[in-house]
Amino acid sequence: MSDFYEVTKIAETDKYATYDFFFGPNHPGMHGNFGYVCDVVGSTITRVRVNAGQLHRGFEKLMEQNLWFQNISLIPRICVPDPDPNEVAYCTAVERLMGIEIPIRAKFLRSLTLEMSRMTSLLMGMGALGAMMGLYSIMYRMMNERDRVLDFFEWLTGARIYHIYNLPGGVRRDLPEGFAAKLESLLDDMEYNLREWDSLLFENPVVHRRLKGIGKISADEAVNYGLVGPNLRATGFTADVRKDDPYAAYPFLDFHIITTEGGDALARAVQVRKEYEAAIQLIRKILEAMPGGEFKVYLGNPLKFTVPAGDTYARVESSKGEYGYYVVSNGGLKPYRISVRGPSLPAGLSLCHKHLPGMRIDDVAIWMASFSVCPPDFDR
Amino acid sequence: MNPGKKSLFSPFKFWGNALKSPTTIRFPKEEIDVFDKPGASPRYRGLHSNDIEKCIGCGTCEDICPTNAITMIEGENVGEGKLGKRPVIDYGRCCFCGFCVDMCPSSSLTMSREYIRTYRTKPDMFADEEVEDIRRNFLFVPGDAYADNKGYATLDEFSWLDLERMEIDELKPEERWESFIEIVKGFSRQEALKEASRCVECGVCKESCPAHMNIPEYIRAIWDDDLEESVRQMYMDNPLSSVCGRVCTHKCETVCSISLRGEPVAIRWLKRYAVDNLDTESMKRVAAAFKKPENGMQVSILGSGPSGLSAAYYLILLGYKVTVYEANEKAGGIMRYGIPRYRLPDEALDRDIGIIEDLGVRIITGTKVGVDVPFKKLKDESQAVFIATGFDNPRSTGTEGIDGKGCFQALDLLAKIALEEDFFVGRNIVIVGGGNVAFDIARSLSRLQRKKYGEVQIILTCLEKEGEMLADDDEIIEGREEGIKIKNARFPTKVEHDISGSVKGLATVKCISIFDESNRFNPQTDESDTEFYSADMVVEAIGQAPDYGYLGKDIEEKLDFVRGKIVTDENGGTDIPWLFAGGDIVHGPDVVHAIADGHRGAQAIDEYCCR
Repeated sequence: MSDFYEVTKIAETDKYATYDFFFGPNHPGMHGNFGYVCDVVGSTITRVRVNAGQLHRGFEKLMEQNLWFQNISLIPRICVPDPDPNEVAYCTAVERLMGIEIPIRAKFLRSLTLEMSRMTSLLMGMGALGAMMGLYSIMYRMMNERDRVLDFFEWLTGARIYHIYNLPGGVRRDLPEGFAAKLESLLDDMEYNLREWDSLLFENPVVHRRLKGIGKISADEAVNYGLVGPNLRATGFTADVRKDDPYAAYPFLDFHIITTEGGDALARAVQVRKEYEAAIQLIRKILEAMPGGEFKVYLGNPLKFTVPAGDTYARVESSKGEYGYYVVSNGGLKPYRISVRGPSLPAGLSLCHKHLPGMRIDDVAIWMASFSVCPPDFDR
Repeated sequence: MNPGKKSLFSPFKFWGNALKSPTTIRFPKEEIDVFDKPGASPRYRGLHSNDIEKCIGCGTCEDICPTNAITMIEGENVGEGKLGKRPVIDYGRCCFCGFCVDMCPSSSLTMSREYIRTYRTKPDMFADEEVEDIRRNFLFVPGDAYADNKGYATLDEFSWLDLERMEIDELKPEERWESFIEIVKGFSRQEALKEASRCVECGVCKESCPAHMNIPEYIRAIWDDDLEESVRQMYMDNPLSSVCGRVCTHKCETVCSISLRGEPVAIRWLKRYAVDNLDTESMKRVAAAFKKPENGMQVSILGSGPSGLSAAYYLILLGYKVTVYEANEKAGGIMRYGIPRYRLPDEALDRDIGIIEDLGVRIITGTKVGVDVPFKKLKDESQAVFIATGFDNPRSTGTEGIDGKGCFQALDLLAKIALEEDFFVGRNIVIVGGGNVAFDIARSLSRLQRKKYGEVQIILTCLEKEGEMLADDDEIIEGREEGIKIKNARFPTKVEHDISGSVKGLATVKCISIFDESNRFNPQTDESDTEFYSADMVVEAIGQAPDYGYLGKDIEEKLDFVRGKIVTDENGGTDIPWLFAGGDIVHGPDVVHAIADGHRGAQAIDEYCCR
């Protein structure tokens, strides 16, 4: 049996050698109805075209047709695995335009949901990375773990996925009784399980050999491409919206920006694991420092809620990096324009043209999972 | 992270896991034990339930729904303050955000912890029928199906509605109790916009307003800062908005959907704000906007009270020649001679009347029909006659000695105060009656007393117990602030006079109950509990009666009367085709009812004349 390189070599001599390979929208390695159309010689990719538009739901235009409050139910749908950064970024933008400050308890509750959301998203990302390498049991275990966090979301917000919890002015509901104690014990469990994830994934020699060198990028290049979040930090570059442009309760919390040297898929996997651990620690700190008081300020009847004219850009550090909302208001009942900046944009749309050519077909899924490319956040 | 060390035992490592309990949760045997009870979380946003007893059908859920999943259908929730509608939710569109629950003014809409709703395929159904069947299956009318499994619900403090009313500036008791300056100062622009923003435009108010004014529309216009549009909406049903903006009984506020969770929208003050802040020229333009060309027909109206003026306005718009006959010196009827100026200043009334007169309505004052002009003459010269003469004959308690010296009727005194005539104001005054008129005269006299004697000595007695009085709460509170003492549940037995014939005081006994079992007026008293209020002036304010003397016997015989009121059809038509009636003589004392009668009467007259 000949290996991939031989197949490629044979194919190069064939005059019909190059064929189109549709990676997505129905490929199991693809997240969402997005696709890369690859020119493939044998099993080596020579050129990549982005096949976007099948996920496009017109969110930005839809938002212009809804009342300011109604949009809250729409925006979490932009990024399903990590919905809360959308809500918080939107609400922060609206609050900034109105010039109001929300109560400190609301800030902490926002940070709590953001970190819990980060955990769920990272668990899904780590699971996906395992699955892309054929280690499906990791995926199942991680999804189980994620579901346990979703239980707490259900308890706090009333829904598992689309929490619709943040509102301009604060949050919708206060912490239920006994929530903190139970969440603490869940965190203990999760911390304990980390050892198992390490042996399954992060210290697994198979994984190390498989991930090493895929999608290597230097810090300079990453900055030039506009990479954000864990992808950027995995090149050793220090950047985090939570520190650079503090929002919610992060100014009151003591935490450090974690980085990893390397810049390849392995470094990114390790970075994600570190961030997951840090998120657990951060939730502990949030629960410990949770202040009392009001959890929202009332901003008036939502049916006649207007935002003063102006524009602002609010950003939030999601599990994938900077998530930004550019909001323009003309003083009316509905937003004049909202533009969303998804964190997967640089990797998913630009970097793929540089990285994918030269890779084998089976590396594409790993490359995508390691950059945690989530097409819904740029193909809206 | 370094790769783990290679070990000879690695292949056997997984056997260790065989001894562990499985991480999988088995449905439905194993329950998630995160929440303290089995099933979904206590605030789970699942399938809806709607308490139809509470639901008022306001449709606020429909307004806030971001996915347009909610539509309103006919419901069985009818009654005062209910619109007879209920929401139906299309679960093909619903996103379970729970905004409808957070917005629901009546807190009837909640969500349950149920989440399974499936369509069972019917094998014997044709495919094209099945499509329709599935569509129907998606439509869900929330009721009490899941009421016993409550999930997401919204307490008042979490509600998205603006429950707190904008405070309106009022004169303090010590600033107002010496003069007849208007007490309520009115909203500023900022305050009015804020107050108008509270409205959810449900339209419950519109249903219960006797005149069915376009309340949501004019509040919306105020919020849009378009006062002309706002006043235009008012003039569609009410040409006396300056008056109504001050003294309306505001049934709209009683039923306001926001009042179910908090304080109702200040609809009356918003109306006043719009009218007061629009210049008279614009008002005239708005009032004349729908005027039709003259049709040469003539209508006579008796009485220039709210009903008569309202009928006159709508008739002149329809192109009729309108003549209004008023017995008093000035037009306005009870609005001028009954309501004290601190509640309704003459300027506001004159403004409304001026606009109506400007359109060409002829108001002949100082002319009493039946005395100065025979009723037959009016009938002969006009196609139709609208009578709105109101209740102007005071009723008496018939108490012993009440017709003696020093005893007065509230309406007579109020008219004297309105005309600024001088009359004797007692040092100690007793007022008999517990309605709004009793408070009007009590508070008016308190001002005169304070001016004359520097102190107030007024006792108001009524049959009703505390809390059951007919007067508005505001009147009672403000009356007390101004120094009026209220004696509840007292039945007047005798007005005592001294030798010279002047009043010495009023003897009362305790009143146990007012109405008997068949709800007839039949007060029961406790003779042992007596009290005597010494006074040099006794004023009766227990109500008024109509006077139909001007009609003439033959006409009066043809009409039906029930308890002194003329029986009419719903549009004010009487048993005599050309005669229409409205106002107090049909519906009893209420300004906005009278205005509505005038409007309906005008339409009925138009229908009669254009037959």
